[in-house]
Order: sequence, then C-alpha cells, then structure tokens
Amino acid sequence: MEFSNRYIVFFAIALCLVAALGVSSAAVALRPMQASNRQLFKQQNVLLASGVLAAGEVASPEEVEAAFANIKEVVIDRQTGELLNDDPTTVDPIRLAKRDESSEETPAEHSGTQVKRLSNKLLAYEVNVPGHEGIVLPIHGDGLWSTLYGFLALTPDGKTVQGITFYEHLETPGLGGEVDNPAWKAQWPGKVALDENGVPQVEVVKSGMATNPDTQVDGISGATITSRGVGNMVQLWLSDVGYGPYLATKR
Amino acid sequence: MDKETKQVLVDPLLLKNPITLQVLGICSALAVTTKLETALVMSGALTAVLVSSNTIISLLRNKIPGSIRIITQLVIIASLVIIADQVMQAYLFDVSRQLSVFVGLIITNCIVMGRAEAFAMGNPPGKAALDGFANAMGYSLILVTVGAFRELFGAGQLLGMQVFEKVTEGGWYYPNVLMVLSPGAFFLIAIFIWIQRALTPELQEAD
Repeated sequence: MEFSNRYIVFFAIALCLVAALGVSSAAVALRPMQASNRQLFKQQNVLLASGVLAAGEVASPEEVEAAFANIKEVVIDRQTGELLNDDPTTVDPIRLAKRDESSEETPAEHSGTQVKRLSNKLLAYEVNVPGHEGIVLPIHGDGLWSTLYGFLALTPDGKTVQGITFYEHLETPGLGGEVDNPAWKAQWPGKVALDENGVPQVEVVKSGMATNPDTQVDGISGATITSRGVGNMVQLWLSDVGYGPYLATKR
Repeated sequence: MDKETKQVLVDPLLLKNPITLQVLGICSALAVTTKLETALVMSGALTAVLVSSNTIISLLRNKIPGSIRIITQLVIIASLVIIADQVMQAYLFDVSRQLSVFVGLIITNCIVMGRAEAFAMGNPPGKAALDGFANAMGYSLILVTVGAFRELFGAGQLLGMQVFEKVTEGGWYYPNVLMVLSPGAFFLIAIFIWIQRALTPELQEAD
C-alpha cells in the first residue's frame, strides 16, 4: 500500500502523542505507590544495617512500622552536632547539599569521595529496638560508576561499627556490586569506628592486605575503585566534617 | 480449534521455540534465571508485552506506512515496556529491583520485534495475540526450567525455600557455583537444544 508523505508525518506525530500520553499517565498514576515502596525499602535498610533484620530477611510493612516505633529519626546540625527541632521528613541532606546557603564545600582531603558539598543539616536514626540499640547514619559517596547510598550502623557510643548496607548503587554486578554480598558486609561489625579522640579508624584496604583485624576491612578483589570509594566515604562521614561532632556527644 | 490456530499455539512451545530453535532472547535468559522467582516475573512481563504489542501492531498493520514500520513497532514496544516497568515498580518492587535493567531490555528482546515484524504485520489481531502468547510461553518454558535448575543446584532452593540442606548450614549439599554464574545457563540451554534436536530429527541440518 502506498502512503503520501503527509500521511506518514501525520501518522508519526499521532503515534508519538499517543505513546507519550500512555507512558506519562502510567508514570504519574503509579508514582505515589512507587514512592512509598522506596520509603519502605529505605527503612528496611536501616533495620538491616542496625542488625534488627538479619541478612536476607525481609520485613512486612507492618513489621517495619512496628520496629520504627522504637527508632527516632533526628535532624543534626553538622558543625555542632546538636539536635535540631526540624521535622525530619522535611530535611533532605542530598538536596540541601546542592545549595550554597545550606551547605559547605567538602575539604580537599576528602575529595576522593566525589561528594562536592556537605549539607549543614544531617539525618540520623537513633535505634532503641531492644537488643539492637545503636545509631544508623546515612552515608553516600562515589564508587566506580555511580554514587553509592547506604547506611552505617554504630553502637550507641558511636565507637564501634555494627553494620553497613547499601540501598542504591549502579556498580558492576559480580565485581563492585559485591558490596551487597552478605559475606563481605559481615566483615564490618565489630570494627573500631572512632578512637578516643574521635579520629576515624575503620578503613578498607586492598583485598588480602588487611593486617589489623580491629580496623581494616578487606577490599573486594576485582573492585579496587568501589572498595576505595566505600573506605573513603566511611572516613568522610565519621570525620569532624561529617557526623564527628554529633558522635562526640555520644561518647 | 482448527488446525492452523493449533499450530500457532503449539509450535512455539517446542518445534519453533524462540530460545532453543531461533536462539532469540538469550541475553535475558542468562541474566534473570539465577532464581526461579525472577524467571517467573520476567516471563510474566514478557508475556504481557508480547501479547499487547502483537495485538496493537496487528490492529494498525494496514495503517502503518512501510517506510517507517520498524520505528513504529519500536515506539509501541518501548512504550509498553516502560508501562510494564512502572507497574512492576509499583506492585512488585523487590523483584523489579532484582530484574533492574533487564525489564527495560525487553525493548530490545529479539522475540518481541521478531514476532511483530514476522507475524503481527501480516495477520489479524486475534491470531497475532495468540501468536504472541504462544511465543511468550515458549520463552517462559525455557526460562522457568533454566531458573528452576539453577536455583535448585546453585543454591539448593526453589522459590527461596530450602530443598537441599547446604553444607554451610549443616546439611549435605555442596552448592554448584557454576549454576549461579552465567555460563551455567549457557550449558543448560545448550543441553536443552541438544535434547530437542536428538528427539526431533527433522530439525537436524545435513552436514
């Protein structure tokens, strides 16, 4: 069948309009559910990092809600470490870090994390679930391909690591993606996070080179840059420009 | 059911199976079959996309200008895949995270394009939908079988339930790591192709 050029152009435009309408209405209609899924997923990761959930365990929305009755989300002044009275749901440190007036440039010694600016307000979770008391800190920083977003859990005095988990990253599955491997994450609990003077201790070293079991975590072989990224971000967030002042109030 | 409909429905399951005979859609067959659950969801997503894309393209088959038919098919398939992905993110969040990019890659799954171009463009909607369904089932059959083998022998589980007690958990079963890695799927699919060709001599080419 022969079609005129005008028909072809008209057909193409009409097709695009119909397709765009279909895709965008699906996206808009389903957005609230997707957002609540993401929120639930984030909360589950807080529970995973703090050890309330064991590796591989999944909690139902009701269980998450029940656990969160014993978890307080707090807003922290990054420089002084004091708690602020802001509503935590309105504070988004990632977004705040994008604006000059609500953030500060990251000092050069932490440039390895590729975190350009640090928000003046940070979030933390104070966990009071019986048997799993601790502090869960949201952390992020660059690996090889992507920014890794995760949680670092510490004991209530902030001195020892309880666990680490990442909820969003785009590292290579099987290599950098092994940051999700429970066997690798199992190295973290018990590591010294901060010494008596509040200097970050725990570090990620090249695979097979860990000599000090108190502070050194074996990197992932085949994923040097991702491992280094995780080490750098932990050092940044535990330092004085990260959660240091807040953790000092816990010692 | 007349003979032709039956042929449309049954052929893609075995004799003209898209994976084992036409060797289409291999990429996802390797990537999402480490577990039975992801294989099942991927099969469901592909079935939904293939049936609807075949139906829509067949409805429009006399209206689609030949000079832009491939891009037209792609726009329709891509839109359907994005909608399927959005629905999964809303209702099957965990699984959609595990499938990650592979849902999006249904767009480039050769089976979908192949059926649109080879069948839907020349047949009425009812038959095209049936063809889409049958081909999706042929794909699913292989995917689910491979997924079941890999999860059972790779992790000793089926649908996340422990079937074989692993040595690390005090049982007797040493998990076969090959099954968890992509080459395991290659070996399995190759074995299926071998069995299929051994059973149906008419598929064997002369040397």
